[in-house]
Parts: sequence; C-alpha cells; structure tokens
Amino acid sequence: MVAEKARVLNLVQAINEALDLALAWDERVLVFGEDVGRLGGVFRVTEGLQAKYGEKRVFDTPLAESGILGLAIGLAMGGLRPVAEIQFAGFLYPALDQILSHLGRWRHRSRGRVGLPVVVRAPYGGGVHTPEQHADSPEALLAHTPGVKVVIPSSPERAKGLLLAAIEDEDPVFFLEAIKLYRGVRAEVPEGYYTLPLGKARVVREGRHATLIGYGGMVEVMLEAAGVAAKEGVEVMVVDLETLVPLDEETLLEAVRETGRAVVVYEAMRTGGFGAEIAARIAEGAIDYLQAPVVRVAGYDAPYPPFSAIEHYYRPNARRVLAALRRVLGF
Amino acid sequence: MKPKVIRYLDKGEFPIGEGEALALYRAMRRARFFDEKALLLQRQGRLGVYAPFMGQEAAQVGVALALGEKDFVVPSYRESAMLLARGLPIHTLILYWRAHPAGWRFPQGVRAVNPYIPIATQIPQAVGLALAGRYRGEGWVVATSIGDGGTSEGDFHEGLNFAAVFDAPVVFLVQNNGYAISVPRQRQMRVDYIARRAEGYGIPGVVVDGNDAFAVYLEAKKAVERARRGEGPTLLEALTYRLAPHTTSDDPSRYRTREEEEAWRAKDPILRLRKALEDQGLWGVEAEEALLGELEEEFAREVALADQAPEPTPEMIVEHVYAQMGPDQRRAWEALRQGKHVEELW
Repeated sequence: MVAEKARVLNLVQAINEALDLALAWDERVLVFGEDVGRLGGVFRVTEGLQAKYGEKRVFDTPLAESGILGLAIGLAMGGLRPVAEIQFAGFLYPALDQILSHLGRWRHRSRGRVGLPVVVRAPYGGGVHTPEQHADSPEALLAHTPGVKVVIPSSPERAKGLLLAAIEDEDPVFFLEAIKLYRGVRAEVPEGYYTLPLGKARVVREGRHATLIGYGGMVEVMLEAAGVAAKEGVEVMVVDLETLVPLDEETLLEAVRETGRAVVVYEAMRTGGFGAEIAARIAEGAIDYLQAPVVRVAGYDAPYPPFSAIEHYYRPNARRVLAALRRVLGF
Repeated sequence: MKPKVIRYLDKGEFPIGEGEALALYRAMRRARFFDEKALLLQRQGRLGVYAPFMGQEAAQVGVALALGEKDFVVPSYRESAMLLARGLPIHTLILYWRAHPAGWRFPQGVRAVNPYIPIATQIPQAVGLALAGRYRGEGWVVATSIGDGGTSEGDFHEGLNFAAVFDAPVVFLVQNNGYAISVPRQRQMRVDYIARRAEGYGIPGVVVDGNDAFAVYLEAKKAVERARRGEGPTLLEALTYRLAPHTTSDDPSRYRTREEEEAWRAKDPILRLRKALEDQGLWGVEAEEALLGELEEEFAREVALADQAPEPTPEMIVEHVYAQMGPDQRRAWEALRQGKHVEELW
C-alpha cells in the first residue's frame, strides 16, 4: 500500500521518517548505536527520535561495534526488533565475529527456535571526500554471510518502504545507505506507512540494446549513462537490484536475455565484489543469450583512496559506464 | 586489595537449607553421571567430539539452581551441567553432542539457548537478552558463563562494559579452571583474580571457591537478587579445575602434571559436598546407591529416546536459514530432496 500524498525529501529525511513510523507502529522497535540519541546521528538520520520516543527506545551505546551487534542479537532473542546503526559500513569490521558466527546462524543452529529480526543500518560508499575508512562498500562480505539479507536502496521513496519492510522482516537485514545519496538526491516520497517487497529487483529504465545492472549509489550513475547513450540512439535498460540477498535472479536474467549484453556496475573493489556474483549468475543462467562478454565497472583492486584530489577516479561514473557499454555493443 | 575467596565447605559450615543442599547434590551427581556416560558413548563412537566438565559441577549447578523459573542461561560449550540443571532433557543433550539436528532445537520451555562455540561472543548477547526482559517488563535475569581464557577476548570487555553502563540484569560466571586448553592463566593475564577486573567496569566482583557448591550457590543467589532489584550485573569468578581433557580430542598430559590433577581430584566438588551432607546425617551409602540406580535407569531411557531420532535428511541443510526460504535455498532444497546436487537441476 502506498499513501497518496507525497512530498519532496532527501534520503536522510526519508529514512528518518521510516524510523519514526516504525517506532510509532511497533513498540518492540528500538533504535540505537553511536551518537544516534542526543546528536541524532552523525548524518542526522535519527534526528528528533530520542526526544519523541525517549531514551528507552532510542539510545546511545558505548563506542564498540561488536558490543552493538551482540546487544542487537540478544535483544532480538528476547523478542524485540532492534534497529542498530553502525556509524560507517567500514566500522562493521570489529563486529564480524558477531555477524559471521551468530547473526545469520541463530535460526539455523536452533532449528528455527531463535530467529533474529535485527536491522543493521550503515552508511556506505564514497564520493563525498570522507576521511580514510569512511567510504568502504563491504556488501559482498555481508552477502557472503549465510542467513542475513542485504538491502541497498537507490532513492528516498524506495529507502522508506524498504526499511519498513526490513524492520518487519523476521530475519537479520543489513540496510546500506549510500552516503553520496544522503543529501545528494531529493525525490517525492509518499506520506504514511508503506512497505516495498524485499528480494525484488526492478527495471528502472527500459531498453533493448544493452542492460546495466547495479544498486544503491550506482543507480543514478547508470541512469546518467543511459541518458547519454539515448542521445546516440542506443537504448539501455537499467536494473536496480535493491536486494542483494535474497537475489531476484529471475528479473536479472530476464533483463539480460532481452538485450544479450550486460554491464555490471558496483563501487566496491572489483575482485570478489558482488558484481562478480551477478556476472556468474548471468554466465550460468543466460549464456545462450549473450552476444558479448559480461563487463564489470567497479572500484579498483586497492583500498578506497583517502586522497581527495584523486578519489573520483575510483568510484565508477557515467563516463566509465559508457566506455563499458561501447565495449559490449561493439563486440 | 586482594579479594577474599569465599568458602564454606571443609570448615564445618552449613549455610543453606537441607532441601537446597540436597537439590544441589543430586543435580551435581546427575551431571557427573552424564559426563562419565557421555565419555563412554564417545569412546564407543556413539557421540561426536564432546567437551567434558568434570570437576566444574559446583560452579555450573550452583549458578543454575540460583536462578528463578523465568531466568535464562546463555552457556558456552562446556556448560552441559548447567543445561541439565536448567531442565534440558538428557536425550536432547545427547543429540546435541551427536551433532544431530534434533538436539539443536531446545524445547520451548527450557530457558536456555544453544551453547556458544566462538569464545566470548555470548557475553554481549547475554546483555541484550537481559535488557529485552527489562524493557518488556518480564524481569528475567540472565546468567552467562565463560572460562578464564575467554576473558582475554574483546567481546568479554565490550559485554561487561555494556552491562555496566545499562545496569543489565546479568550474572557473569567465570569458571577459572586454570587453563585455556593448554595455556595457563599466567599467559592470559597479569591480574591474580579475574574478579578484580570488575572494578574496571564499576560493577561488583566476587571470588568463590568454585568447588564449594555452598559458596557458588549463595553468591550466585546474591548476584541474581541484585540483578532483579535493578542494581546491575555481577562478575562471579569460580576457582575450579577441569579434571578431564578439554575435549575428547585433547591430551592434557602434554601440558599439566599428574600430581596437579591428583591434587585437584582430592578437591572434587561432589566429594566435598557429599561429606558435608554426611556430616549432617543427610546422606549416606544407601541414598547414594538409590540415586545411582535412578540415574542409571534414567540415562538408559534417555539414550533409547535419542537412538529413536530419525536420520537427518540432506535437505535439512538449507532449512531454517531464513524464516521463509529464498529462491536459492528453495532450489537447493528441491535438489537435495530428490537426492541430487543442485547442478543436476539445471
């Protein structure tokens, strides 16, 4: 269900609205993390929530990511619906034991007795000159963890509905928010409570010559490239995966079969990135339709550069996507 | 200041009720009986790798029996005695150690979760579970357990600090048995008593003779009551010794001496409690024989139950990964059910 009235919001405001509604809707929802209380989060995503819902439901924790994940797991075990914030996705690493060893395993190891409806929100990705370690895109690491879901929204309207669906979900969901989009994108967002389905990819632009596949902050890059290509008479389809796990392979393969040419775009390091999984799925499921090799446009095999003058070379842009399109179209 | 090690046994003191003392003894003896039988089953190939707790019964049972009905236990892999004392059926525990899925779903009424294999990860989770109870007004207390080696992990620190900051109703039991597999306590830490670390978190720390069931039980009771009153967590260090190997795959003769083991065998928590009961005229050879007879019967019954569990089927691998299977689990499930590999379905 989608409410009728809509206003123009940025991504921060849309996520804030989703959290606000979740807190109002379900008293089992708790929001916590570093600086999410009085400060309202370093990006102000939780602004005003502590004042509105009190310190029992929206609270600051000690500065310890493993502790935050462990706390979230225990709260969920006890019947609550924790929504934890990790200040930057690159700060998830101290919590990997909790994530890899437990978060996605509890349902399996308890044979269904202990399910963990935990949401972990974290800003990810580059493009805004953040300090070192603040621009990582660890989605492949999370997608490689059994038992968790991974959702990466590409717009304010999608983010609000997907986050509410993630909070309603019975399993752990990582919800990664592109820092570049926080205030870099404004769009109409419906008022009121609505959810969008997890596990569904969507075609955000139709086209018959080639297919671009990506998610999160790369969707606007792909759309920009598709717009430029259209001026040259090339019709490019754009697929926004939205949910990496569980992956909507059906929509993905159908989109590739229609054009026979695929370019996968992601801003994480190329090797072992989630785009590699997409390319593998295409090879397994649509090789008969391919008229060119699958090409990846991704970050380079190096740490995300903390050097602001050159960091824009790392993150894929429309120009690099167009170069890849030329390659698959000219094969 | 050096903490005092709290002890009652061997001093002729009898600080708890007769009924409570007998309940402690029966639960400890039952646990020991299980441990011995489990080792035998393992030797016969009827159990997987097993982590015995022999020698640590007072520490585990003392805490388990100090809890109320709605309280939870969040155990590590060595806490089988604690789980038994909390009411986990023996056949479930056997199936757990047989690595049979039927032993991994604990019955709904049992207020305990599956044992933790990674070290110290249970500590912050126990804090979360305790805070959930407080938030919901359920008022349950959580007892969690770790060894001396486990206190070197970061999650031990993070969990204790979180518990302190949020006044979480948790009892942290540290079973200090002197070794982390083979590495002695002196290689884990410079402090003499782990309980001293409590001061660093601003919470009470208590040291008990961990082979003295009275001391463990009484101090655990105080800690549980304090937690229930909203006064926050307690770090309870129980000085004890693992009389058996780390697991059935371990060889302790490579890292400790026979003499040391014999010295601790003389301090066996079950013998010490039995002596106190006998001194009071509460226990004797006849009672012991009757108890052992009951335990033998119970164990035979429970093994038979465990033996009846149907063979696990391959598709169980992808069940319970998510509340509802995703497309990838579904495809694998179909394949495994048909006795195929997923590749054969394409």
